[in-house]
Amino acid sequence: MNVKVIVRGKAKGAVLCAQKPVNFLGGIDKKTGLVRDEKHDLFGKFIGNKILVFPNGVGSSVGAYTIYSLKYNQSAPLAIVCLKADITTASGCAISDIPLVVAEKKDYESLKNGQEILVDAIEGKIL
Amino acid sequence: MELTKEEESALDGKHGETLALAYRILVAIGEATNADKLIPVEWAHLSGVNYNTIGDAGEEFLSHLSKDAKFRIKTTVNPMGFDSDNVSKFHLDEEFVTKQQSIRNSYVKMGATPSFSCIPYEIFELPKNGTQVSFAESNAAIYANSISALKTNKESAFSALASALTGKSPHSDLRDEENRKPNLTIRMKTEPADEITYGLLGYFAGKEAGSSVAISGTKGLDRRSCKSLCAGMGTSGSCGMFTLGEEEGEKIDFDYKEMARVKDELNTSESGDIITLGSPQLGLEEISDLVAKLKGRSFRKQCMIFCPRAIQGQIRNLGYDKELTRAGGEILYDCCTCLTPLVDKENIDAVVTNSVKGAYYLKTSNGVDVNLKSLHQIVEEETK
Repeated sequence: MNVKVIVRGKAKGAVLCAQKPVNFLGGIDKKTGLVRDEKHDLFGKFIGNKILVFPNGVGSSVGAYTIYSLKYNQSAPLAIVCLKADITTASGCAISDIPLVVAEKKDYESLKNGQEILVDAIEGKIL
Repeated sequence: MELTKEEESALDGKHGETLALAYRILVAIGEATNADKLIPVEWAHLSGVNYNTIGDAGEEFLSHLSKDAKFRIKTTVNPMGFDSDNVSKFHLDEEFVTKQQSIRNSYVKMGATPSFSCIPYEIFELPKNGTQVSFAESNAAIYANSISALKTNKESAFSALASALTGKSPHSDLRDEENRKPNLTIRMKTEPADEITYGLLGYFAGKEAGSSVAISGTKGLDRRSCKSLCAGMGTSGSCGMFTLGEEEGEKIDFDYKEMARVKDELNTSESGDIITLGSPQLGLEEISDLVAKLKGRSFRKQCMIFCPRAIQGQIRNLGYDKELTRAGGEILYDCCTCLTPLVDKENIDAVVTNSVKGAYYLKTSNGVDVNLKSLHQIVEEETK
């Protein structure tokens, strides 16, 4: 599928899908990479070393630092696929060298948990 | 997004590592928001100051950055974790204090005004109507767009930092007049309209709205309620501004049922061990109002009152500090309810506050329960 490149790079790994938007500051532990928001569908899951798929980011502007901290603590996703890229996620990925792409709704919905994909955020493709 | 030759060469690293990094951020958010070009901004307000929020990774990043980076425009900063004048009273972790001072020094070294406030719109002179600024603190971005007649997107800590380093931001979303017109109206159907109601309305609106929302049916929207509305809205979603009055397009109601649903989510206790006032920090007007409301009464429990350092002199000269200290209150500068280590779950189970934003972060980040009460109720029920 073709995707829009927001932050360039390439990564290969297993998909982890979130149904709800992600609030990085309140919702994710910046050291462990575990989802700590009890109301989130990924509660208790480790978001590191996966291709994280979620609709968009919400909440505090400092969430961008959470993304940077995840990278620093080796708990960051390998790449991120969004439906709508928000400023917090885009800037956090840019500073942390995490490839970020935006997919069309139909393509986005076709991504399944556990599926192995290659995010090519240079050519703008997911294989 | 189109870049000028100068911007291209900065992105390629021809003007140093710092500017290359800043332009990489601007290009990413430009692509994310479908911007056509970069435009000048006159003022950046940065979040990412409290060690609790940015951690070791953030502290080290800023320390490295500050070795040669300089801010090019007026740059102000959000609250940090504690009040330096009172820090010894709180038995904070020594590492926290050291790392927080390092973050403070890095920002000042790069040229930031050490404002440590989340209400820049209330303590600084505002530029002329329509000026483009870059505000990361969400309540400040929403207040700037909706009340102060400035233009900003709801920036992130890094996008505002990139603006401070370059004096630019992508031209997109709320920076473009066409996108500022709301296509959703929220009809307020609740009374009494105190700051709790407005904070809950903001939290509800933030979840429902896109970039901009219209709110109709408002009554008695004073400064306190207005700040509460902005803060609640900034907490729950990505909405960056509101207008008052009904607009064309979709309409939804904020009625008692919706209000109760939001309150149930945030009000997790029927009482609290301490009181905190201020998220957003209280300005002079609210301090003056608090003193008037107290009428000589005293707080029944510890009460922290968070303010910007900028109004410390006026608070002293008007005698408000003496009066609030007499009442058992404690004025703390440079910090705020949100994410302060001064509220520690080791010795506090629940907090009474009138801040809807504070309620969210006290629960999710500090791990304590919250009893939401308006200031009026706090004075009625928590003083003697």
